[in-house]
Amino acid sequence: MKRTVKLSINGTTYEREVEPRTLLVHFLRDELGLTGTHIGCDTSQCGACTVLVNGQSLKSCTAFAVQLNGSDVQTIEGLAKGGELHPIQQGFWEEHGLQCGYCTPGMIMQTVQLLNRNPNPSETEIRKGIEGNLCRCTGYQNIVKAVQWAAKHQADGAKEIPQGDAVKVDPAEIAPVP
Amino acid sequence: MAAPTYVGSRIKRREDPRLVTGNASYTDDMSFTGTVFLHMVRSPYAHANITRIDTSAAAKMTGVLAILTGEELQKNLAGPLPAVSIGGHPLTARYAIAVGRVRYVGEIVAAVVADSRYTARDAAEMVEVEYSELPVVIDMDKAAKGEPGLVHDEIPNNIVAELNFGNDVTDAFKEPEVLIEGRIVNQRLIPNPMENRVALAHYRPGEESLTLYMTTQNPHIARTLISGMVGIPEHKLRVIAPEVGGGFGAKIQTYPEEIIACYASKKLGHPVKWTETRSESFMATIHGRDNIDYFRIAAKKDGTITAMDCTIYANMGAYLQLLGTTIPLLRGVISTGPYAIPAAHFKALCVLTNTSPTDAYRGAGRPEATYMLERAMNMLADKLNMDPMEVRRKNFIQPDQFPYFNIVALNYDTGEYEVAMDKALEIFGYAEMRKLQEEGRKQGRYIGIGQSTYVEVCGLGPGSGMTTQRGYDCAVVRAELTGKVTVFTGVSPHGQGQETTFAQVVADEFGIPIEDVIIKHGDTEMTPYGMGTYGSRGTAVGGGALMLAVDTVKEKAKKIAAFQLEANEEDIIFEEGKFSVKGSPGKSLGWAEVCLKAYIDPKMAPVIEPGLEATRYFEPGNFVYPFGTHLCALEVDPTTGEITFLKYVAVDDCGRQLNPMIVEGQLHGGIAQGIAQAIYEEAVYDTQGQLISGTLMDYTVPTASELPSYTLDHTVTPTKVNPLGVKGIGEAGTIASTPVIVNAVLDALKPFGVTDMMMPLRPEKIWKAIQAHSQNGH
Repeated sequence: MKRTVKLSINGTTYEREVEPRTLLVHFLRDELGLTGTHIGCDTSQCGACTVLVNGQSLKSCTAFAVQLNGSDVQTIEGLAKGGELHPIQQGFWEEHGLQCGYCTPGMIMQTVQLLNRNPNPSETEIRKGIEGNLCRCTGYQNIVKAVQWAAKHQADGAKEIPQGDAVKVDPAEIAPVP
Repeated sequence: MAAPTYVGSRIKRREDPRLVTGNASYTDDMSFTGTVFLHMVRSPYAHANITRIDTSAAAKMTGVLAILTGEELQKNLAGPLPAVSIGGHPLTARYAIAVGRVRYVGEIVAAVVADSRYTARDAAEMVEVEYSELPVVIDMDKAAKGEPGLVHDEIPNNIVAELNFGNDVTDAFKEPEVLIEGRIVNQRLIPNPMENRVALAHYRPGEESLTLYMTTQNPHIARTLISGMVGIPEHKLRVIAPEVGGGFGAKIQTYPEEIIACYASKKLGHPVKWTETRSESFMATIHGRDNIDYFRIAAKKDGTITAMDCTIYANMGAYLQLLGTTIPLLRGVISTGPYAIPAAHFKALCVLTNTSPTDAYRGAGRPEATYMLERAMNMLADKLNMDPMEVRRKNFIQPDQFPYFNIVALNYDTGEYEVAMDKALEIFGYAEMRKLQEEGRKQGRYIGIGQSTYVEVCGLGPGSGMTTQRGYDCAVVRAELTGKVTVFTGVSPHGQGQETTFAQVVADEFGIPIEDVIIKHGDTEMTPYGMGTYGSRGTAVGGGALMLAVDTVKEKAKKIAAFQLEANEEDIIFEEGKFSVKGSPGKSLGWAEVCLKAYIDPKMAPVIEPGLEATRYFEPGNFVYPFGTHLCALEVDPTTGEITFLKYVAVDDCGRQLNPMIVEGQLHGGIAQGIAQAIYEEAVYDTQGQLISGTLMDYTVPTASELPSYTLDHTVTPTKVNPLGVKGIGEAGTIASTPVIVNAVLDALKPFGVTDMMMPLRPEKIWKAIQAHSQNGH
């Protein structure tokens, strides 16, 4: 009944036997103990579980782990390097872009994609770019400022977005992500 | 006192590094070896008798450890769930798992424990329950007449309580110069903190003790209540609120699921985890608001209000939750707002219906009071053809009237309402905006300006007067041997930032770097009895206790310094982290040296007890009364009904600001939640009691694209109610912002003759209102 799934997560390759119905987010949290990725809903509205799969943001409650076999996954735990915050993490800290912090990892991972695609977004573009992620505490104003801070400091050449530097696993059996 | 260096500064939050890196531990992030999982079987009917429960198929499934029913829990638990009764009104007997009858969709009828999350859910689906349906009570107007049935047979007309405040207004309404009357609906909302509720109960058979990790705003209160329910003595029950992902009132409660988790862990000897899904949360976690108001206001032709009379129907849902009728009470006591109204009467009828229970949601009673009053102010202005701000100005309580008794219940200590209003008018550019509006109308643009001038009551709270129990909080300030300081607070922040603001205070008071201070909270084994974080009380009350404990530590530190410096205690000056002797500038001791001596110097043995630590409780003599003015300009597109925000200005007065960045953050989020009520959010039940808006797909928690940015400013009117001179700011934004938006939309729609609309003001509703009025000849 169980199937093998092999994923590269933040540069480390993991292999586990899981039920095919195991959601990626449960795989990350319950199998691997990577609890920085949160669950906020069951209808894919809130975005608290956003991670990057092969460089693209994905709500990790919307995919089964086995569908992504062979993929390269980045979670919030992999963003800071060498004890130094990524500019987006720093931006959220600088601009008080979080309160309870629950939506924050997902919001930050979504911002990685946003700034990858558009390094210098307008306020409207930022608001559009994060509208798949809900925050109940901040009213978003300081999140917008946090993204602007990050955009500015990334543009200043602070950092590259870290890419998975792991050995690539065999991308056999990759099913399309819905 | 040392010159402040941290207090008043925009210090970055000390909470954030763990939160932005994914290193924080929320309850669901924790697990112990042998943890098993709990899942609930919930009623699909709003009102029914349970005729049969068959658990046999589920019990046979691989991995299923136990299936719990109402009968078993009723036998083994202490009784119904706890709730507050105001003035002795009846309570609604509610058991952790329903016994015999269910009263709302989502009520628990059985619980399954299994060795994995997925198995627990599978098994829950295999539990067979048969129901016999009963008449469903949804509509509040009908419910209050006992139609179509009774939610609880022993409570006639479904009215569980009637609350009355104020004086007799009969004479005041005889021949008023101007009379305003209305019916206002304050729709039901669903709090939706981003983290759902979670409980992880860990019973240790050898010790007969239990540790409960849970998503709570008030771990001590939870411990007392759960201890009584589950039968684990309070000293053997430890409640820990780890990282908590928002609360907004929804995590004040003691809910059935935590109690079931504790019971199951004790029964099975396993750690038991229950994790709520969002769709469950919509039904199983409290809702807020849901009032219908009938009001009348008498005034003179110059706009002076002479009397107010208001009767509200407050929907309590199927059972009284922990605070229950306290919410309409909180509404009643502030129902005259910032206005000097000489005659006022407030009546609340607390009505039971077959819906999820309601309780405290951000603002809890005060948004409802403010909404009605601020809508009424604009109705009065319209009737008299005055500007809404002038009507407000005419009726404000004047500075020389403080302390001011507001007729209904409260003594406001201080307030300067016109100062905040004038500042807001200036920043907003009110006169210019009116001109823009006028010009716009000529060009077929529909710009509206909305207002709200509020006062709220928070910082729960005084140990006497309005409250049903003592209202205090506590702090332990421990100077460690090396001069570092550990603080344990009884408040339980979950986003409010007291790990930062309290450290700012302590660092300034002791003249030490903020890095040398740590603030601990949320663990009943670590902190003394505290009331928790809600009702904008964390800093106002918890900060008061902190200051008292700091002062007590300082006194002892001075005693030690006097001994060490061979001086009189009264000659010791403590400034900028240094103890010196008056008149002898050469003699001094640093903070860290005094701390060290306190713990190790044998010479002090006969005279001064070792250690340098204090535990203090602070119980304020009054609530605090933040106030302010919010203004908004927006434009309505008549072809689509869509709203575009042009400007939102808020000037709020929360007294002294310890960290303006955090104050602003609280306001941003608060305003957003108030706007959400005005435009987006609404919990909808159908006539059979099904929650139509039961997921985040159907209930509009606004996204970044649906909200504007705000321009904030403030005034500082001191309060002496607490040692820090602070007033709560967690709820003010929500209290103020809802009427601003509705007033603005109605102002925009004036040319169409639209004078009233029910929230939420979604585009389709606005469009329909415009269409209806256009067809009527406008």
